[in-house]
This record gives sequence, structure tokens and C-alpha cells, in this order.
Amino acid sequence: MIGRRALVAVIVVGVLAALGPLLPAYPLTLITQALIFGILAMSLDVLLGYTGLPSLGQAAYFGVAAYAVALLATERQVGLIGCAAAGIGLAAVTAAVFGLVAIRARGTYFLMITLALGMVMWGLAFRWVSLTKGDNGVSGVPRPELGALSLSAPLPFFYFTLAAAAVSWALLGLLVTSPFGLGLKGIRGSESRMAALGYNVWLHKYLAFVIAGVFAGLAGVLWAYYNGFVGPTDVQLVTSVEALLMTALGGPGTLIGPVLGAGVIVFLKNFVSVYTKRWLLILGAVYIGVILFAPHGIVGAFRRARR
Amino acid sequence: MLSRVGPWIVMLVAMVVGAAPGFAAAQTGPIKVGLLVPLTGNASALGKDMLNGSELYLDEINRQVGNRKIELIVEDTEGVTATALTKARKLVDQDHVAILTGGLLASTGYALHPFADAAKIPTTYPVMSSDDLTQRKPARWVVRTGWNSSQSMHPFGEWVAKNLKYKKIVTMGFDYAFGWETVGGFQRTFEEQGGQIIQKIWTPLSTADFSPFIAQVKPDADAVFAVFFGRGSLQFVKQYAESGLKAKVPLIGNGTLTDESVLPQMGDEALGVYTALHYSAALDNPANKKYAKAFEAKAGKVPSYYAETCYTNMRWIVEAIRAINGKVEDREAFLAALKKVELKDFPRGPVVIDKWGNPIQNIYVRKVERVGGQLQNSVIFTYPAVSQFWKYNPDEFLKMPLYTRDYPPCKYC
Amino acid sequence: MRPDFWVVQTFNGLSYGALLFLLASGLSLIFGVMRIVNMAHGSYFMLGGYLGLTVILRTRSFAMSVIAATVTIALIGMAMERYFLQRLRGQDLGQVLMTIGFSLIFQDLALLVWGGDPYNLPVPAALSGSARLGGVVFPIYRIFIVGVAVAVGLGLWLLLDRTRAGAMIRAAVDDGEMAQGVGINVPRLSLAVFGLGAALAALGGVIGAGFLGVYPGADVEVLPYAFVVVIVGGLGSLPGAMVGSLLVGLLDNFGKALFPELAYFTLFAPMALILAIRPTGLFGRA
Repeated sequence: MIGRRALVAVIVVGVLAALGPLLPAYPLTLITQALIFGILAMSLDVLLGYTGLPSLGQAAYFGVAAYAVALLATERQVGLIGCAAAGIGLAAVTAAVFGLVAIRARGTYFLMITLALGMVMWGLAFRWVSLTKGDNGVSGVPRPELGALSLSAPLPFFYFTLAAAAVSWALLGLLVTSPFGLGLKGIRGSESRMAALGYNVWLHKYLAFVIAGVFAGLAGVLWAYYNGFVGPTDVQLVTSVEALLMTALGGPGTLIGPVLGAGVIVFLKNFVSVYTKRWLLILGAVYIGVILFAPHGIVGAFRRARR
Repeated sequence: MLSRVGPWIVMLVAMVVGAAPGFAAAQTGPIKVGLLVPLTGNASALGKDMLNGSELYLDEINRQVGNRKIELIVEDTEGVTATALTKARKLVDQDHVAILTGGLLASTGYALHPFADAAKIPTTYPVMSSDDLTQRKPARWVVRTGWNSSQSMHPFGEWVAKNLKYKKIVTMGFDYAFGWETVGGFQRTFEEQGGQIIQKIWTPLSTADFSPFIAQVKPDADAVFAVFFGRGSLQFVKQYAESGLKAKVPLIGNGTLTDESVLPQMGDEALGVYTALHYSAALDNPANKKYAKAFEAKAGKVPSYYAETCYTNMRWIVEAIRAINGKVEDREAFLAALKKVELKDFPRGPVVIDKWGNPIQNIYVRKVERVGGQLQNSVIFTYPAVSQFWKYNPDEFLKMPLYTRDYPPCKYC
Repeated sequence: MRPDFWVVQTFNGLSYGALLFLLASGLSLIFGVMRIVNMAHGSYFMLGGYLGLTVILRTRSFAMSVIAATVTIALIGMAMERYFLQRLRGQDLGQVLMTIGFSLIFQDLALLVWGGDPYNLPVPAALSGSARLGGVVFPIYRIFIVGVAVAVGLGLWLLLDRTRAGAMIRAAVDDGEMAQGVGINVPRLSLAVFGLGAALAALGGVIGAGFLGVYPGADVEVLPYAFVVVIVGGLGSLPGAMVGSLLVGLLDNFGKALFPELAYFTLFAPMALILAIRPTGLFGRA
């Protein structure tokens, strides 16, 4: 089972890698963007798809990491390793702190608490101007250097992001198929049953929350380097909502579905908006259509058709 | 197997279709101008003004310069800087525009600077007004054809002190760079003329209910100087009047407080408000009269400064194209030509670019009056040829810090 | 601080809280009966404002604009519930996602129909101007908002406490399955409650437009406030919505007045704190 999925993943990564040099710069940067959001969506999937915890606050960890990278790179000239470590570390710490509050709730209450925590982060990013530059955002973040290789050009940065996405997928894949991951799925099914079976439900959920924060942070690190710019919008509710929609569209609980969902939405937004101003309307209609007719997302629909 | 690969085929198809426009053969004929405007999102009304102003000029010249057509490629930034960057990449990498222009948010201005320099693409900013973009953090490839935030406030501070004879003023504005730079410029010259800023109140950008802030205004103020734009201006002016304060403490402000993008939606609460900007739809010169009439015919409303600046911006770009005989492929020459354009008959008056890439232009002191049943910003005084440095020596000016929340410090607070 | 500073700020906080109550009471009721978070609630608020604007510009009647806005949005809300949300009965997350999809559609529709310009809603002369009470100025319109909220609050309380329909609603909030078992037509009830909630949001939108105006983005801006109110007050609880909106109105107002640097933090952090102690809110129940 794992073997076949890994084979498909290797093929896909291989195809993308081979396509890289052939594609013009703009579509390549869009794919890069889709991969970054794919990592964010996968982080949400750990919570939503596997543990049954719908979070509307992943933007908090995404944003914290992005700001850490942007500020360290522009003000202290910290290199890639330092920035990435700081960004992911800060995201992990934030998730560890927020998780203590959030994990107490379930279902809709969890949704609202994570929303609230996300807004706390946004409030800080927006108003702590002396640190975050407020609405101006932090610009001029230079692309990092990997030894002698500079990641400024679209192609090297694409490979870098592809590698990060592949590694994330592999790691998260190992996580969700491990005994811990199976425990999460059990919790999604019924918390009380898992508790009765002797599982430490709280610890499972808490660890899942922190891990989700870590990977959201990784996405944030990449996002800061990708745009060279970080602003309060990156920490806003709309980013968390987009992650949720990408996961739902692609298929929660499939890990690869959210990546697909991210790809579809990034391309939909950028493609449709060239031809019509009504792209938001179309996007909303697509969501509603998918929810009505493919409630398990695109990947879920394919998998069900197969059965 | 198909069902596994199926989703990926869907995605790849989407990618290819999305990239399709880029696969078209590169054009040699038309000169492509890339325009970034917020067509959706909260700033879409301003984006529409920007687009209408740009198109108005291009239509006047039949979208042709010499024997080359001009193709305007418009991209929606959605009012989000990250999206503006993505669309800028599309315009430059995929559409191969000869010049990039537009942008609204201050953060977009800062984010596009390194992009323009890295891509070596001639870029103009008609609207984005953060001071430092042409002061301490300029970009070589960016020319500003609009204005900078403190430019109109330096003369205004002086004018208010001398003519309205206010001594103590409370400032109120959106708590971000545009607000700080605007207040900073005003405070500097106002205090140099003997005035005192006795209180600075800053409101978060998304404030809709200004009453907690209006209630804080010190009672011994002679006037309140307000910096807002868009719906903030509309709400603030109304709530200020309703608080009963306006009768005792008159309201003055920067240009965007009563800009024509919101003035028609205001009522009597806006009457008598003094502001200053590099433009007013009520400017009484032949170029503006002709322009304003044409704009009203096209857009069905009075032109705001957003529209005029984009109209002038397009003309600026076209003049530069003419100066190099249409050979925009020589980007260095194009950039040099953009910095050399100098005309006297823009709707806002004469404009020339200074060494730092910022316009030197007239600043108009205006007062809101009702003329012919409509509210307008009547021009009551003109300061000619005002630069971003006002009367200060540029090198001295640049050595001082950028205007921020706490600079100049509030000595009389 | 001058003594009248506290009076004015308290009044401001109260009047803003009153507006929030209109918005949050609907959201709370919808959750109570249907267990879904209506992410399109802000859209109803905004659309109510826009519809009210159009009607008042045509008819010059404030009363007409209020009625037209609330009735139209109630109908739209009910249509959304009947033809879309009901298909996902039992799928809580699916319903939430669907309301998000609708909020995007509404956002764009508003832009399409009314354009992006901001507008002030012209209010009747009787409600404009201000009253002086002991040297302090109170805008009459804000007094009016408090009045409307009190009236609505009273009306809702009477409905829930004294009528049969209200009893059914309370039963459904308490235990939906049981209510169905006892013979209450829960789907029909959900439809009615959703319509009521939407109408309340629209009412908030029209009334609010009188001092906040209508503009694109009003939906996204006001929604977090409504969420904070229902989170703090407790989902499904009317007294919770009352207390929550007062608290939030005052907190937000004083936060902005006293600690403007931390404006949003002062609002959301206490909320997170309350949740940490009581995850279901002050008056809520799991």
C-alpha cells in the first residue's frame, strides 16, 4: 500500500522535476507557489483529515515563520539554515503554546478557538509595528544561497521547493501510517473509544497540533523567500480559510489531495482572473459544487470511483 | 492506476492551460504596458478610477504611438501585495511588457522595488506615495509619476499656520506609514511657523467606528488635522460632525480626506474642510477642464486624484516612448527617457521629475464648497514647483530619519 | 482622564455592543439549532446594508429600507438553507465550508451590483444630530441603535421564553435528536431559525450602515467581532449573546482608547483566555 503510493509520488516528483527546465518562468513560479501552499494544506490535513480537528488558524504558524525569516534575513542578514531553523522553531513554539488552549475543545468549538488564536497572531503582526513594520510589511527579503548555488532564479528555487514538498509529504506519510498516525485516525472516529482502549488522547491531539504547526511553519519559511515579502495578510483569516478550502477541495485525509487542491486553487485564481473579474464568484461556485458533488474532495472522488 | 494518476492529469492540464498564453509566439509589433490595479477587493473603486484614467488617455491617442500600437495589459492585484507580485511576474515573464506600472498599496511599492531592479524593467508608480521609495530607499528602475505623502503637507503646514492662524492642533490618522508621513510633513512646517501639535491620535487601519478616538481629542485644540482615505474618510468626516466637535474644533486634513473618490458621497459635514493635494477636479486650467469633462463622460463621475494621476502617468509613458522613437526594447534608453519627461499642460499643471525619481509639481490648497449643487475641492491657493524636500536641502533632509509614528516627536503632547 | 471621557467611551462601547448584539444573536441562534457556524453571516450584514441603501435612496423611507433589507435577506438565507445546506445534513464541516463558498459569492455579487464605492446611509433627520446631557454629547443615532438592540433583545427573549415556537427552538438547542423524537419538525425549525438569524444580521447591517456606512469588506471586517461575541458568550445562548456583545463592545472601545497600539490584541487575547478556562463560553454548553 505504502509502496504503491510512494511509487506514484516518485513518478509525479520526477515528472515535475523533468518539466522544470521546459516550462517558462511564470508557470514555474505558479507551480512553486502551489507546492508551498500544498505543504500548508498538508499540515492542515494532519489535523483535519487524520485527527478530525478542523483548524481555521494555520495561518498563525505560517505567518510567524514567514515573519521570522523576513526579519532575520533583512535586519540581521541571517542565512538559510538560521532563518529556517528560527522560523520553524518559532512556529513550533507558537503551536505548542496555542495547542494548550485549543486542544481542550472539539469540533466547532475547536474551529472557533483556532480562528480566535489566528486572529491574535494577526493582531500582533498588524499592530506591533516596531517589530513587524505593520501594514508596510517586510520587503527586500533576499533569496537564500545553498553554498555556491543561488536560489534567486525561478528554476533553482522551484527544485528547492519541490524537494521540501516531497520531503514533507514523505515525513507526514510516515507519520500518518505509523502507529501514532493510526491512533489519530482512531481519534477522528471516536475519542471515547480510543480513551477506553488506553490511548492518551490528549497527547495524540496535542502532538498532531504541534506537528501541523511545524509544517505550516515550513511553508511560511518558503513563502517568505518566494515573494521576498511578508505582510499581515499572510497571517490573516483569509489565508487559513484558503488552506481549509484547499484541503477540502483536494480531499481530507489523503495527504496528497490537499496538495492537489492547492494546485487547483492557485491555478484557478491566477488563470481565471486573467479572463474575468468575477474570479471570486467562480471560485465560490467551484467550492460549493465540490462540496455538494464530491464531499470527499477530488482525490476522494477518484478513490471512491475506483471502488 | 488511472484513478491514482487521474488527479495529477487534472492538475497538469490546469497548469498547461494556465500557461497557454505564454506559449504564444512573442510579439514584435505592439508596445505592451503592464498595469497593476485592484479590480476586486476592498480597493476596487480606486482601481476602477485608475483603470479609467489610464484608458482615457490611451483612447485619446487611439492607442498608437508612431507606427506601433500600444497594448494595455491589465492585471488584478486584488488589493493584496503578494498577488500584485505574482501578477507582476506574469506581466514581465509571460506577457513581456515593456514597462510595468500601477500599484496602490504602500506595501506593494516596497515589494515591487527590488522586483523592478532585479528584472531591470522600467516601472512607474502613479499612486503609491511612501516617502522613502524616492528618498532613502530608491530603486533605479522606478520613476514616480504621482506624488509622495509628505509633499503636499510641507506647504500646507506653513499655509495653515500663516492663514488660518491655528496655534494648537490635534492630529488624527490611520496608524501606518501613509498616516505617519502625512502627519510628519505637516507637523514639521506647522511647528516651524510657531504652531504646536498637542496630540497625535492614531487609529488602526480597519477602524470603522472612530468614536473612541474622536472622544479623546483634547478640548483646547484649535483644529483637528485628519489623514484618512477611502471609506475611512467617509466615515470619519461624518462621525466627526456627529460628535458635535466639528462646530467647536474645525477639521482640516490631507488631500485624501476629501478626495473626489469619496467627496460625492459626503454631505454638508464636509463643507469648509481645508486640505492640500497636487490635484483637484475643480482646477481651473484648460487641460483639466477638458480632461474632467472627458472623464465624466467615460466613467460617469468626477475624476479623483487616482484617475488623474493614472491619466497623466499614461501620457508620461507615451511621451517617453516618443522621445526614443518607439524603441522600447532598449530598456536603459526607455528608463532615461522616463526620467527626462517634462510637460506643463497636465491636468494637474506642470510636472518634472527630480533626481530621485519623484515629481516636482504644484500643490493646491483646497476648501470644500458647494458649487452648482455639488461638493467640490475649490482651489484657493497654489504653491508652484514643490519638491519632495520642500525648502530643505535634500542632503540634509535625507540625513534625518523618515517620518514615522514618533518622528517628529510630539514635543507639546 | 476627564470624567466625561469615561462616560463617552462607555456609551460608545455600549452602542457598538448593541450593534454587535444584532449580529451575534442571529449567529448564536443558528449555531444553537443547527450546530453550524455560518461564515456567510458577515455577508448578510453587508448585503443588508447595501439593500437598505438602495431602498432608502429610492423611497426616502428608513422604515421601508429596514423592512426590505431584513425580509429580502431572510428569504435569501432561507433559500440557502433549504436548497444547499440541508443537503449536507449531519456534515458539520461540509456545511461550514459551504457557507464559506457562499460568502465568496456574496462578496463578489455585492461588488458587481453596487460597485466598490463606499456610501453613507442617509438617516432620517429625527435620528440625526446629537443630544447634550450634562455637558456630554451623545449622537442621537447611537441612542437609537441601543434602543433597537434592547427592543430586539426583548423580542427574542419573549419569543424564546413565552411562545411555543420559542419552546421548540429551545428544545432543539438543548437536544436536537430528542426534539425530533418528540415530534418537532427540526428541519422546518432550522429553516425558520436560519431565516431569523439572517434577518437579524441584515437588520444590523442596515442600522449599522447609518453610522458605519456600507463598503466592500464590511463582511470580512465584522465577522471576527461576531465570532468573538458568540465564543465569549457561548454558542446557542441568548443571554450569552447579550453579555458577550456588551463585553466585546466595551473591551474593543476601551482597548482602542487606552491601548491603541495593541488594539486587536486586547480583544482577541481575553477571548482566548476565556476559552482556555471555559471552552464553551460563559453561558454555553457543550
